[in-house]
Amino acid sequence: MKLGAKRTTPYRVVSIIVLVLLALLFLFPLYWIVTGSLKPVTEILNPEPSFFPKEFTMNNFDRLFAKRTANLWDLAVPFSSQFSADHKPIYFSSGPSVPAAFRWLINTVFMAVAAMIITCITASMAGYALAKKRFKGRALLFSLIVCAMALPKQVILIPLIKEISALFMWDNLWAVIVPTVGWPFGVFLMKQFSESVPGEILEATRIDGAGEWNTFYTVVVPMIKPGIGALAIFTFINSWNDYFLQLIMLGSGSNYTISLGIATLQSETSIDLGILMAGAALAAIPIIIVFLAFQKYFTQGITMGAVKG
Amino acid sequence: MANSQPKMSRALQRRENIAGYLFMLPSLIFFIGFVVAPMIICIGYSFTNANMNSKTAATTFVGLHNFITLWQDETFLLALKNTFLIVLVSVPAVCMFSLWVGSAIYHLKGPVLSAFRCIFYLPVVTGSVAVTVVWKWMYDNYTGILNYVLKGAGLIEKNINFLGDERFALWCIILILFTTSVGQPIVLYVSALGNVDQTLVEAAQVDGATDIQVFWKVKWAQMMPTTLYILVITTINSFQCFALIQLLTQGGSGTNTVMYYIYYTAFKLTEQRGHFGYANAMGVVLAIFIGILSAVQFKLAKEK
Repeated sequence: MKLGAKRTTPYRVVSIIVLVLLALLFLFPLYWIVTGSLKPVTEILNPEPSFFPKEFTMNNFDRLFAKRTANLWDLAVPFSSQFSADHKPIYFSSGPSVPAAFRWLINTVFMAVAAMIITCITASMAGYALAKKRFKGRALLFSLIVCAMALPKQVILIPLIKEISALFMWDNLWAVIVPTVGWPFGVFLMKQFSESVPGEILEATRIDGAGEWNTFYTVVVPMIKPGIGALAIFTFINSWNDYFLQLIMLGSGSNYTISLGIATLQSETSIDLGILMAGAALAAIPIIIVFLAFQKYFTQGITMGAVKG
Repeated sequence: MANSQPKMSRALQRRENIAGYLFMLPSLIFFIGFVVAPMIICIGYSFTNANMNSKTAATTFVGLHNFITLWQDETFLLALKNTFLIVLVSVPAVCMFSLWVGSAIYHLKGPVLSAFRCIFYLPVVTGSVAVTVVWKWMYDNYTGILNYVLKGAGLIEKNINFLGDERFALWCIILILFTTSVGQPIVLYVSALGNVDQTLVEAAQVDGATDIQVFWKVKWAQMMPTTLYILVITTINSFQCFALIQLLTQGGSGTNTVMYYIYYTAFKLTEQRGHFGYANAMGVVLAIFIGILSAVQFKLAKEK
């Protein structure tokens, strides 16, 4: 008897066939978005759907782009809406007028990248401290973080709006970034990664006379790089897709994210499926590319976060 | 030297304290400011009649009034029932499905394994809005592919308005929720199955255990922490089902959930728009339910 050898049993064959079928079903919505965005409207509205577009057209994208325009960027003086006469922000620089979808994409990328960078910095510092620094109140802080992770995130959103408005951040991309950074999962994840840094190396660095910050920056950070990579991609994707937070924090069209923009189009033009599919493709494709490029880190991050559920 | 030792360690302790808190500080500002503080405010508001017009009408403390009203609010009770239905159906389904997929793919070769993992994760990455938009089309009464396929297979005679029909709408939403929930559990099970102690598996095989016995008696037991984690995250996820409801049915066709009703009460309710106190009370109740369920799951998993 060969131990651990994989035999080709009928069960294995059947399960692979079922898996492939399931995989096709899971791919189908995405396939339907992409092909749908390229089909002419008549083909989309045909009750007998064509599984492969009979005719390719960019018309859906053209109409999506023509529907709304916005400035490519608007850089406002911070908090200017508080002292301007009409309570509107004062812009010191505005970009050329482009289809709103591009602006939404730029907003989304800015939001996701900012949330990613800030989360990586704050969480890796905090995770290192929780794992390696024996400071007072460490255990209490850690259990607070774990408890907060188990609570439903959305429950706090309503008080959060009041807080964000009180800080004059409502309808501003920072209103979405700041709560994303506060979410404690990153700290938890980075603590898991920092545990693996050997204490002797830290001790040796300290004896060599390196300060706390130098120890962290030159010794710890290179060692937890895979963890930072995992957290970066995790935060990027989560913040890109956090629709509820974006929905309640952003109020005006030029500040929309791509998800929010598509959702608004959906409520405005629920019949024009062509435009919606073009928008959905525009929202989904960039993030899928990012995911596929970094999926190795991503898998690692998910798994590390669960080690001590 | 011996005398100065405790003094040294106290100085060291102080240094550790200062360094520890300085390293924690940036993260704590965000965590306390935008997670802990709103949580406390949420609990506080749930005992008041706070609303969007609080500038004109003063916010007053109403004690448990909101919580008592909740249990007489039929919309809330229905939403609660739907939420529990979603949780009770989707959590076991997600767990079993991902366990099966995980066990079927974990021994495959690297590239094939990551291809499957990616495919099952795609609906999560695609984002709830894009996913919802396309599912809405697939469910559509006239142009939806689901009606076309079912009719072609002879299962139905005339088109079904899936999202407009109370018999189907909630199940349609559960199906989408299912496809967007299995990605993470599959990744977790694959890695847990890869980490199972092989010596125990081999020992069991030498003793003549069948594959099925090895799986349930040896591997399953070792994967208990993973299963627990999956149960907890899937439960939390299912309780918070919101985007699907808001984009597909807006709580119509008997698909209202607590999370959507919170949003509706806080931002949409026309005659009493922005009833923050009441919405926060619902949030607190939801958090309590999730807390209880997580605790029960922990306890059950510990006993096994």
